[in-house]
Amino acid sequence: MKLDLDLKQLMSAVDVPAQWVGLREVYEAHTPRMIRDGVPVANGRAATHGIMVEVLADGQFGYYGTPNMTPEGIANAAKKAFQQAKIASCHATYEFDETARPSHQGNYQSPYTKNRESLSAGALNETLLEAYNHLKVSDKIVSASSLCQVIETSFRFVSTNGSDINQDFLMLEFDLSATAADGTNQQTRTFGGMRGTCRQMGMEYFDKYEILANANRIGEQAIELLDAEDCPTGEMDVVIAPDQMMLQIHESIGHALEVDRILGDERNYAGWSFVKLEDFGKLQYGSKLMNITFDPTLESEFASYAYDDGGLKATKEYLIKDGLLVRGLGGQESQIRSGLDGVANFRSSGWNRAPIDRMANINLEPGDSTFDELIGQVENGVYMESNKSWSIDDYRNKFQFGCEYGRLIENGKLTKVLKNSNYRGISTPFWNSLKGVGNSDTFGIYGTPNCGKGEPNQVIRVGHASPACLFENIQVFGGV
Amino acid sequence: MEKIFNQLSDSLFSELNSGENLILSFSGENSQFIRFNNATVRQTGLVDDADLGLKFIANNRTVRGGFTVSGNLDTDVVRGKAEITRMRTEAQEIPEDPFVVLPENSGSSHEVKSANGLPFENAVDSILPAMAGVDFVGIFANGRMFRGNANNLGQKHWFETESYSLDYSLVTPEHQMVKGSFAGSDWNQQDYEAYVKRSREKLTLMARKPIKVDTGNYRTWFESAAVADFLGMFSWNGISEASLRQGCSGFGRMRHDDVRLSPKFSVVEDFTPGFCPKFNSNGEVSSDQLVLIDNGELKNTLVSSRSAKEYGVESNFAEGGEYLRSPKMNSGSLNHEDVVTSIDKGLYLSNIHYLNWSDNAGGRITGLTRYACFWVENGEIVAPIETMRFDDSFYNFFGENLVDVEDKVSVNPEVETYGGRSLGATTCPGILVDDFALTL
Repeated sequence: MKLDLDLKQLMSAVDVPAQWVGLREVYEAHTPRMIRDGVPVANGRAATHGIMVEVLADGQFGYYGTPNMTPEGIANAAKKAFQQAKIASCHATYEFDETARPSHQGNYQSPYTKNRESLSAGALNETLLEAYNHLKVSDKIVSASSLCQVIETSFRFVSTNGSDINQDFLMLEFDLSATAADGTNQQTRTFGGMRGTCRQMGMEYFDKYEILANANRIGEQAIELLDAEDCPTGEMDVVIAPDQMMLQIHESIGHALEVDRILGDERNYAGWSFVKLEDFGKLQYGSKLMNITFDPTLESEFASYAYDDGGLKATKEYLIKDGLLVRGLGGQESQIRSGLDGVANFRSSGWNRAPIDRMANINLEPGDSTFDELIGQVENGVYMESNKSWSIDDYRNKFQFGCEYGRLIENGKLTKVLKNSNYRGISTPFWNSLKGVGNSDTFGIYGTPNCGKGEPNQVIRVGHASPACLFENIQVFGGV
Repeated sequence: MEKIFNQLSDSLFSELNSGENLILSFSGENSQFIRFNNATVRQTGLVDDADLGLKFIANNRTVRGGFTVSGNLDTDVVRGKAEITRMRTEAQEIPEDPFVVLPENSGSSHEVKSANGLPFENAVDSILPAMAGVDFVGIFANGRMFRGNANNLGQKHWFETESYSLDYSLVTPEHQMVKGSFAGSDWNQQDYEAYVKRSREKLTLMARKPIKVDTGNYRTWFESAAVADFLGMFSWNGISEASLRQGCSGFGRMRHDDVRLSPKFSVVEDFTPGFCPKFNSNGEVSSDQLVLIDNGELKNTLVSSRSAKEYGVESNFAEGGEYLRSPKMNSGSLNHEDVVTSIDKGLYLSNIHYLNWSDNAGGRITGLTRYACFWVENGEIVAPIETMRFDDSFYNFFGENLVDVEDKVSVNPEVETYGGRSLGATTCPGILVDDFALTL
């Protein structure tokens, strides 16, 4: 939707003696469609639209999120935000000035060739229904579903120090899922695990033949899993596919490097971090093969953008170079508070939440091993695809992940299919056990719409791209 | 807000043609959020928000819509009418749904709770003095919340409440933490200060050097807050009828293999305390109480009207997602004063963190210890423990390994604020279990 409010005109209605005022308008519409077990279970569209008024007074930011976008509404919101800031200013965590909101002007349009309207609700339901029919490869598939969600977001930001930014996004979440069951033996296979297929793209994604081929594969793999052996227990090498690497990066690197966590803001909710401010430039986070970037520039990745919600211009930066921790995930406020270099990651979930440090696209850069070379190095191990279970402690140390689909690796070859494939470890020893990084042929781009953090809580979209990777001597185990 | 909802509802129902049905669902808030770190204000602000959800049903098709309610009736009616036009068109394009749930008029309800809460402008100065000299971090959420539902057959529900919650942690210089959650409707400064004083006293226990516990199986006490987190897992691939039918529920062993949990374990969905509305987003009203697990036996699952149609069972008017809204676990016989001696040697866990199914079919849940968690030996608390990962099945810790249940229940209010402030609470006692598995 094209935003037609004149934010600069609305700004002229604001009458408070503030150091700085910003108006951030966000419109976001979600259009979900889903077929489950042969019938439509979701068809709709829901939009949210409002303005976040942010005011800086006596070094303290105050905010007011409002859906009343009239001049009177914005003027009232600014007054109340100003009052909140003034009351809190003598107890402020940090006394900011307007350098916390740098002035930038620019635009961003996410890449696509076919917009939402190019594929009708009827045509999309038809494709999803066909996909369902291809998922249902056997009577043992007790439930199957195909879904997509189109997300359209428009963002506009103006400020009293001259920021003027427009960003428009068209995004897609897509999933296929088949559950095979035989009594209490139940196995689910999806298309990338937990809505892993999330990208900035348009309806050009819907190549029916590719979708149907994938649906068929997923249905057959769910049946395979039903009769598969349980994952073995023991310490062994693991090769992890990009659609699981996504969550490994997210939980054991991304959250750990958020500077607001390191500064303690999140201790009551998401948690703290094992990383300390003094670790930057010193901590050998992983093996020399490990190169992690904050990359908001990778085309079509889920969390690409040109500016963050504080107006900072977004650029690609190395967070970990040759295994050494070099930079944190801190936006302008965190950079000022910590004195560390950071990135443009000051983001909010919408118009009704204040920005905080978030991940965006956090990627593991490709190495030089082919997939066969990774597998070929393993005498006894497990290959795992697609996340189905995740958990990590509040310092981002002790993690445990479960994957949908495993394969035994014996003498450098993939052999039996395995069900209930799990592994656990501790973040830096795990990353230091990184023994092989796949080349660009093994590289996959994924994302998730469901990263939760912040008080009040915010769920946000992130992107993660990675090649397949080999780790040595990892604790692996199966089901009950 | 109620007036806006009523006017908007009337306008939109008048747009319907013969054979069309419309259910409107309203959710709004006027909230204050203050975020604290190191006993200072990190972020402070206010949010006015209201969303109208529309469920349009025609010709055995259901299409949903939704928009932000601006508060200006003219603007909102234009948005609503545009949604009806869009949904009407879409309903002609999509496939038929054999399990469409049509609205009914089963009676209306109206519940407005007023309170003597903490004025927004007084919040910082009321909260911070009691936290002087301690590393305090957390969130204060405060204000009114609104829920409404109406359909074109004349049924209308309205629920409005005012509440606050201060969800916080106190932290020692060695990074040991105590959790607190002071919540209610009427603000009482003396009660608040007394509550914080108790938290600060608990924090002194955390000053002892934490010890590392080996992996293995331990006799373990879980405080009510930890039990509430376990019960929360039942809302996710758990006690939902649809999840059971679709092969993704941890309750399959109870349904298919007649496995029973401990006779000491009983859970009901209990709306009598009024923590949240009894009506769901379809406008259907649940009974005051629904027995789910009775003395270890699965008696009922949560069944939405859609599941009822799809699977040929009776609805108990669960929400569409078939999650728990106001669960209560029954108390037992263990007095809290006897807990540490009853552990004798093992773990005392106040809170747990980041739960997930590690083997859904087997009922196995993994997660971590967090906050005030202690090693107990010879019936006495020895020291806090370093964070440990657990991985065990609820068929064990709510089953044969459940030793005893606390003789009183505590209310654990829902304090999540994703999208907006949540309503509801989990009421439960603490539990003592044997052989609880720590794995990392």
